[in-house]
Amino acid sequence: MATHAAGHHADHHDDHDHKPQGFMNRWVFTTNHKDIGTLYLVFAFIMFCIGGAMSGVIRAELMTPGLQFVEPYFFNQMTTLHALVMIFGGVMPAFVGLGNWMIPLQIGAPDMALPRMNNWSFWIMPFAFTVLLLTLFLPGGAPAGGWTLYPPLSLQGGSSVAFAIFAIHMMGISSIMGAINIIATILNMRAPGMTLHKMPLFVWTWLITAFLLIAVMPVLAGAITMLLTDKFFGTSFFNAAGGGDPVMFQHIFWFFGHPEVYIMILPAFGVVSEIIPTFARKPLFGYQAMVYATASIAFLSFIVWAHHMFTVGMPLGGELFFMYATMLIAVPTGVKVFNWVSTMWKGSMTFETPMLWAVGFVILFTIGGFSGLMLAIVPADFQYHDTYFVVAHFHYVLVTGALFSIIAAVYFWWPKWTGKMYSEKWGKFHFWWTIVFVNLLFFPQHFLGLAGMPRRIPDYNVAFADWNLISSLGAFGMLLTPIFMFLILWHSKKHGATATAQVWEGAHGLEWTVPSPAPHHTFTEPPVIRAQDLAHGDPTH
Amino acid sequence: MTARRAAHQPGWESAAQWHSVRGRTQARREPSGVSPWLADGGGPNDWDGFRVMAMKSLATTRTGRAAAAAALAMAAGMVHASTMPVRWQLNMGKGVTESAHNAYHAHMIALWVCVVIGVIVFGAMAYAMFKFRKSKGAVAAQWSHNTKAEVIWTVIPVIILIAMAWPATQILIKQADTSNPVLTVKVTGYQWKWRYEYVDYEGKPTGVNFVSKIDADSDKTRQLKSGLDPHAVKVGTESTYLLNVDKPLVLPTNAKIRFVITADDVIHAWWVPALGWKTDAIPDIINDAWTLIEQPGTYRGQCAELCGQDHGFMPIVVEARPKAEFDQWLAAQQAAAAPATASAAPAPAAPQG
Repeated sequence: MATHAAGHHADHHDDHDHKPQGFMNRWVFTTNHKDIGTLYLVFAFIMFCIGGAMSGVIRAELMTPGLQFVEPYFFNQMTTLHALVMIFGGVMPAFVGLGNWMIPLQIGAPDMALPRMNNWSFWIMPFAFTVLLLTLFLPGGAPAGGWTLYPPLSLQGGSSVAFAIFAIHMMGISSIMGAINIIATILNMRAPGMTLHKMPLFVWTWLITAFLLIAVMPVLAGAITMLLTDKFFGTSFFNAAGGGDPVMFQHIFWFFGHPEVYIMILPAFGVVSEIIPTFARKPLFGYQAMVYATASIAFLSFIVWAHHMFTVGMPLGGELFFMYATMLIAVPTGVKVFNWVSTMWKGSMTFETPMLWAVGFVILFTIGGFSGLMLAIVPADFQYHDTYFVVAHFHYVLVTGALFSIIAAVYFWWPKWTGKMYSEKWGKFHFWWTIVFVNLLFFPQHFLGLAGMPRRIPDYNVAFADWNLISSLGAFGMLLTPIFMFLILWHSKKHGATATAQVWEGAHGLEWTVPSPAPHHTFTEPPVIRAQDLAHGDPTH
Repeated sequence: MTARRAAHQPGWESAAQWHSVRGRTQARREPSGVSPWLADGGGPNDWDGFRVMAMKSLATTRTGRAAAAAALAMAAGMVHASTMPVRWQLNMGKGVTESAHNAYHAHMIALWVCVVIGVIVFGAMAYAMFKFRKSKGAVAAQWSHNTKAEVIWTVIPVIILIAMAWPATQILIKQADTSNPVLTVKVTGYQWKWRYEYVDYEGKPTGVNFVSKIDADSDKTRQLKSGLDPHAVKVGTESTYLLNVDKPLVLPTNAKIRFVITADDVIHAWWVPALGWKTDAIPDIINDAWTLIEQPGTYRGQCAELCGQDHGFMPIVVEARPKAEFDQWLAAQQAAAAPATASAAPAPAAPQG
């Protein structure tokens, strides 16, 4: 907004974009990275609303002791689906959408490397989630064994097991294709002069994330395929009576599951590393350290999986190894936080809406990181494990971490996508409302866990009633936030002020050199890269 | 804690040995009426320690048995109330075993480390956001490096982490040692109840074995739209909604107790916060853990691993009694079990049962 200077429309404003005409051609058959990015983001928004509605059911039931609204079995279906929808339908597609939109623009590529596969990897998603959500209407209902699908419990479901596994397979295929596309794009399509060490951090974090995806999604696919054959074809991979091992599932699952956690947070680090320098008007502190920290976190994510399993009965040596490795992650993560703070130091800061969300991210994600460090301490984890303390922890890193960065990114790049500014006043209102209610929602859950409330229970002793009530009130406040965001963006699209090409005074990077809205086709000719256009133009940085 | 660890021969251990070996036992004791708030407050804890010592001396001198029993009963009553979660509770309880104390201290160390780092980092952020605003005329510097600072904030966290890992390692090593128990209890999780078998006590098999499930009051009240008030479910003055059972697990105090934990159908987890640990109960796999309860009392917990629709309704209650009382209780259980089997064949006296 501060940079909303008129007469900055550097480029032609003709609309000879060659957009395909008609809904089917424009959206269903699209191979355009921007349109596919939009589809991903719209899809993710819808999934956030559905997953949010499920959390509404959960928090309504937990508002007071006693069962008021739903049977325990349906409650378990809600917790299971809430997690699957939010993780695979919300956070991951949202980041893929951001990557689709921004990676080609940030590296000066005309599109993704594999545009047809890009179309396919998106259009698998709505079908996958239709299959998953339809299980709610099956006899016996949706999966209710938790999103971690631990056998033997997960195998007690009826036909929903097959549907859910098929759906997760489809999500996995989509993710792997998306990841291949991103790697191929970043490694092959960079404009001349865009060397690896000049790439924006968002591109770097996505490159590393994509490798994580390719490494672990097949592991998940293997684990759930074994579940499928155990359930329907008489194998005994996870059945001790047949020579298998139920704990092996947990090892395999978390070998996927822990890198998955970083799949959902590394792109967030990238987003925040774009936004903070922009509004501090100062180059990102320690660019190379940021890249190496991201790579270290990715590496460490492969050797910490059993910290989800400290109470499973591991040998002492295993407990110690996974405790040490997990604690080690605090070092590169700390480097990132210190670098963001140093970027702000001696800057010239303004606090437009994206910056507010980014600052909120740094503080609240760090709180989630602190509780993560506490959870790594095994003797204390014997108490924390499977309590609301864990629920509080992962919602701090996923909601005030990943989701905050997604919202920050949308406000940050929205003017580039649409050519329209949003209302700063209402954007800030959205932020402050969320800050109040998200903390009411999740902070008391730390207390509940420490006081002894297990997770995934539909009812509890009356001693837990007070903090649960506050947490539920926070949740109801949070349920309004997607509506706010929708209205703010809708209003911007219809009535927003026109955005300039650079949009933000401190913005650097190739995406800000194209007009706003970004034309349907950009960089059809490789751009001539000037150092001052880039956030990291100086290779010594 | 170690799965499939070879069983050690249980044997009689002197009291002195229990005290030197105790590892994985904990006590959650908060004086009644005092919430376990963040601070490791001095007064109540001193009183607490004093009470424990007093009880121990009473129990060991064995003078005035009745008086000691009365004192213990009083103390037990107080412990009773204090190990329950309390309204508006903010922090972890300290428990009634050494492992619980260890968990609590590991937790507090980690918490304070995080608080201090948080104050420094967020303080610096707040200062920067206040001081370096464009609206205050701040002009952005253009540096983006400081090797010295970067080395410092990489090395210092490593040192802090080592300092945190060291005590945690010591605790874990102690807790892994389940050897030489006085009593071995086998815990089996079922959907949705627990079976307890007193496998052997002081080297002899006991034959005592029973199922423990949610109490009738809680069970009635917890039905969907039961219309019953969860606050009305009480034992004495304690609100025991969903935290009470029909038949508690009775254990001796000041004796090393080894648990072998497994399940029959799906995975459960056996967790009594006052003992300081939880261990997964996994079908066809045997985990073990141990405890040494310092104070008589009633300690409540719940299943902690999602195990199906009634996961929230399989509570655990441990009733810790002094050795003499425990011995009496165990003998009574054995007597009750024995005539039932003995009288089945010869006694036609009570055909209607």
